[in-house]
Amino acid sequence: MNEVASIDATLLGARPYAIGALLRHFGELGTAEEAFQEACLRALQTWPSKGPPRDPAAWLIFVGKNAALDRLRRSKKEETLPGDDALSDLDDAEARMAAQLDNGHYRDDILRLLFICCHPDLPGTQQIALALRIVSGLSLEQIARAFLVGEAAMEQRITRAKRRVAAADVPFEPPDAAARAARLSVVATAIYLLFNEGYSATGGTAHVREPLCDEAIRLSRLLLRLFPGDPEIMGLTALLLFQHSRTPARLDADGAIVLLEDQDRRLWKREFITEGLALLDKATRHRQPGPFQVQAAIAAMHSRAARSEDTDWNVIDALYATLERLQPSPVVTLNRAVAVSKVRGAEAALAMIEPLGPQLAGYFYFFGLKGALLLQLGRDAEARTAFDRAIALANTPAEAAHIRMQLDRLAKR
Amino acid sequence: MLYAILCYDSEDEVGAWTKEQDDAAIAKLDVVKQKLRKQGRLGPTVRLLPTTAAITVRKGKEPIVIDGPFAETKEQLLGFYIVDCASLEQAIETAVELGRASSSLGAYEIRPIRAFHPSSIAT
Repeated sequence: MNEVASIDATLLGARPYAIGALLRHFGELGTAEEAFQEACLRALQTWPSKGPPRDPAAWLIFVGKNAALDRLRRSKKEETLPGDDALSDLDDAEARMAAQLDNGHYRDDILRLLFICCHPDLPGTQQIALALRIVSGLSLEQIARAFLVGEAAMEQRITRAKRRVAAADVPFEPPDAAARAARLSVVATAIYLLFNEGYSATGGTAHVREPLCDEAIRLSRLLLRLFPGDPEIMGLTALLLFQHSRTPARLDADGAIVLLEDQDRRLWKREFITEGLALLDKATRHRQPGPFQVQAAIAAMHSRAARSEDTDWNVIDALYATLERLQPSPVVTLNRAVAVSKVRGAEAALAMIEPLGPQLAGYFYFFGLKGALLLQLGRDAEARTAFDRAIALANTPAEAAHIRMQLDRLAKR
Repeated sequence: MLYAILCYDSEDEVGAWTKEQDDAAIAKLDVVKQKLRKQGRLGPTVRLLPTTAAITVRKGKEPIVIDGPFAETKEQLLGFYIVDCASLEQAIETAVELGRASSSLGAYEIRPIRAFHPSSIAT
């Protein structure tokens, strides 16, 4: 790896720590972001000759803080700024900073930063865009591409989001345990949304959207490092790892959807599965089941099965029943119906999803599953109606093509 | 004399590498490993999963199991075992058993292994 790439990775890794601390110091996202930018510029000037500092985050906070204060002073024309020589004697200051900024401090700083970016006042897409811009440091162009909108539109969206969180007035004193848990839950949900934005392919090519999944996993691991004993964050991270492990097998060479049961499991990323299983093991020891842990446990059932026919659908059915209790939703019941169809047959599954019709009238997967179940039961005409509806609701050409394939099969028999 | 060489690095930084950067970093190390292997000097090498997957068992009469890595700077890494365990529970049991046999305070950090490459050293 060349030097610039290595410095980039260092800056990226230190970014949430540094912006989080600068945000606490200045109390305002815009100033914190500018201060960090300034510090990055100085880093790119000085690190190549002097070597990177021992604690890059502390260095960036120190330099960023001074740069922002200089700027404020300059704008007030009160004082001339100290020159670059202030940078030469950083080692002592760095050690002091590092001592002050123990892990607990960073933990609340980063959580506050993430919470502000994922503020519940913002719509989901703005939360994700803001977090990607500020916490992950993705460029406007990268984010715009991932969301399939123009750069100008994305810039507008992010500016609007910033204005809105500036007005939201999040307190800067350390949160109490309840407030911390509430923030953690909001942030975890936003990370999950970010992952799904990359994974569920509501358009565009997988190539463009995979970075969103990678970024969600990186943020989730960061969160888990800050809250190492939280079983739901373990569950979230495990869930994302299991899902992402299948990415190489989800589309065939022509870009057509390959269903889970037809995927070439040798293509699944083993190291993601290993890590996910390790996290799930840890989470299970806490005996505090939550929605993310249960979803991870369901995903793990697929990851553990060497062949699709080895899948233990009875356990999956039971896990979905638990999830229905923890987090009732028609989509959860719809997913459970897939397991029910394997365990008790298509008739039972159909009976289970029929009542969901009114709630899921605009949901592609509802009609896709309904059609498939009717097809299994030999009720071809009804299956065709369901598939037609599914095509009308398809989110991507690949989804529509997949249903059309089933319709073709119908026409041939 | 056999030496253990332990790798310490910032997970934040390594975690920010792209897949390509990670592959390139490993490929560069593989060149050195290949050289050592040819000389018959390379023992088992291991890459651990991130510290988020770690569990720490504090030694003592009542051993305490803690989520996360063992990160107290006043105690240093003095060695490590590689043990095949059927489950996390068995790994914890094994660490507790070692702890009972151990003559010092301290802790064992349990880190699932991501990649394991056995030895080329003739013994």
